[in-house]
Amino acid sequence: MTSGGTPPTGSFHGVDTVIKLADLENASCLEGRLEELRGRRVLISARDQLVAALALVELDGVAQRLVLCPPDLSAAHFPIVIKSADADAWVRDSAMPEENAATLPTCVTAAPAAVARDVTRRRSHDTEWVLLTSGTMGAPKLVLHTLASLTSAIPSQQPKPGSLVWSTFYDIRRYGGLQIFLRATLRGGALVLSDPVEATTDFLTRAAAAGITHISGTPSHWRRALMSGAAATIAPRYVRLSGEIADQAILDNLRAAYPQSTVAHAFASTEAGVAFEVDDGLAGFPASLVGSAGEKVQLKIEGDTLHIRSDGNAARYLGEGAETLRDDDGFVDTGDRVELRNGRYHFVGRAGGVINVGGLKVYPEEVEAVINSSPWVRMSLVKARRNPITGAVVTADVVLADDAAGFGQRPVGEALTREIIEICRRVLPAHKVPTMVRIVPALDVSASGKLVRPSA
Amino acid sequence: MKLKGISVRSTITSLFEQVANEQHRKLAPLTDDLKLLQSGLDSLSFAIIVARLEDQLGFDPFNAAVAVEFPVTFGDFVGLYENSSS
Repeated sequence: MTSGGTPPTGSFHGVDTVIKLADLENASCLEGRLEELRGRRVLISARDQLVAALALVELDGVAQRLVLCPPDLSAAHFPIVIKSADADAWVRDSAMPEENAATLPTCVTAAPAAVARDVTRRRSHDTEWVLLTSGTMGAPKLVLHTLASLTSAIPSQQPKPGSLVWSTFYDIRRYGGLQIFLRATLRGGALVLSDPVEATTDFLTRAAAAGITHISGTPSHWRRALMSGAAATIAPRYVRLSGEIADQAILDNLRAAYPQSTVAHAFASTEAGVAFEVDDGLAGFPASLVGSAGEKVQLKIEGDTLHIRSDGNAARYLGEGAETLRDDDGFVDTGDRVELRNGRYHFVGRAGGVINVGGLKVYPEEVEAVINSSPWVRMSLVKARRNPITGAVVTADVVLADDAAGFGQRPVGEALTREIIEICRRVLPAHKVPTMVRIVPALDVSASGKLVRPSA
Repeated sequence: MKLKGISVRSTITSLFEQVANEQHRKLAPLTDDLKLLQSGLDSLSFAIIVARLEDQLGFDPFNAAVAVEFPVTFGDFVGLYENSSS
């Protein structure tokens, strides 16, 4: 983004540093090794969002491919990401363990700072941007975008430079956060970056000090902000929700907390891009958005899920044996189920039983495989339970094995369900661990031998 | 009614302790003016508490027809459940 043309005019606000992008004209975060990364396929993997943000700005137009690793990408998944992305270099920060990608020939340790250097900015590549999203059995799926597809939903009119201050509760390496990063970077605004260890109140105070005008997060992020008692610290003009179902309660709560703001909820997915943004204060979206031909973004409902065709669609999945992204007509199935009520479509959950916990996808199959590894379990069904704090939590129905010879005495009652939950806790991240386990006599199995999954 | 109030509070208190223990989080002393976000629990912990309270008390005050104000302190949280149960 810095290579060729005028350099970006915005700034990044980290927890205790502010970096003006204009300074990158004579400075770099990349140890003076920018040219080593030209034409390479580069993993960007840093704990600190500020490092990732700077690296993205410096390497777009330079690298052949940038792979945006979220900070919680587990060490065990690095090899599959490296292979699928055909990566040959990585940019890390000092907090990211060097052994995660020790097989890569080039490793640049970037600084959370613009260090004075002689740099020649030159655009040589139409860089591919690769985002990670969760896959059925825990390993991430790699989704290939271009800067053009990622920015297709961003209005092209230029506001007065310096007039906008953006922020997001999201990490910028996830699709929702990246949208805000790109708006700020390309439209010349400031961007206040969040930090996972920073208290919500402190983050809001920092955002307020920067003069925040536009801010986004999931409904779960916003519920947390409201629970902090510090929501009124900021006075944004624009409040955006995405990444989860925005129910009427959270929209009403935000309207009450920010009477001067536009409260908008957007639908987007890593694969399908941004579908729409609704700012009429009502949950769901007008049915008139579906099927209107000639629009930039086209929506259709097939089965009962939302499908999207637009310039914002990703190009494809990367990696061996990767599934197809679009149908024959070029639409991407979002897997999000909708229901028509009084002229509006409302989101009612995900196809295939996929659970959205606070904006993070949980595939039931992955959790079931862990539960089924217990000697006491014959089979299990993992499903969503609606929740007012995180949208949903994970629960499990379990059928016990008739006997498990050689494993000693089977625990009974709560001791047994606790043990099953403990097995999950040992191998799964917290949001995937069932909050409740119910022992049931049987589970429905279809004629084709598959578990019957509830459709919500 | 008073008895009910006490039992709602004790149910909530023991669930906070139980979930903190399960999630390996250090729980701050549960006074009425304790800010929920300073209690040591994260959003997922609160989600679990609210789900279990629904099972134990038979209702979810967040799911009421009228949007409720989000509780900020532990006292607000207990009050939300006490008021919904009466």
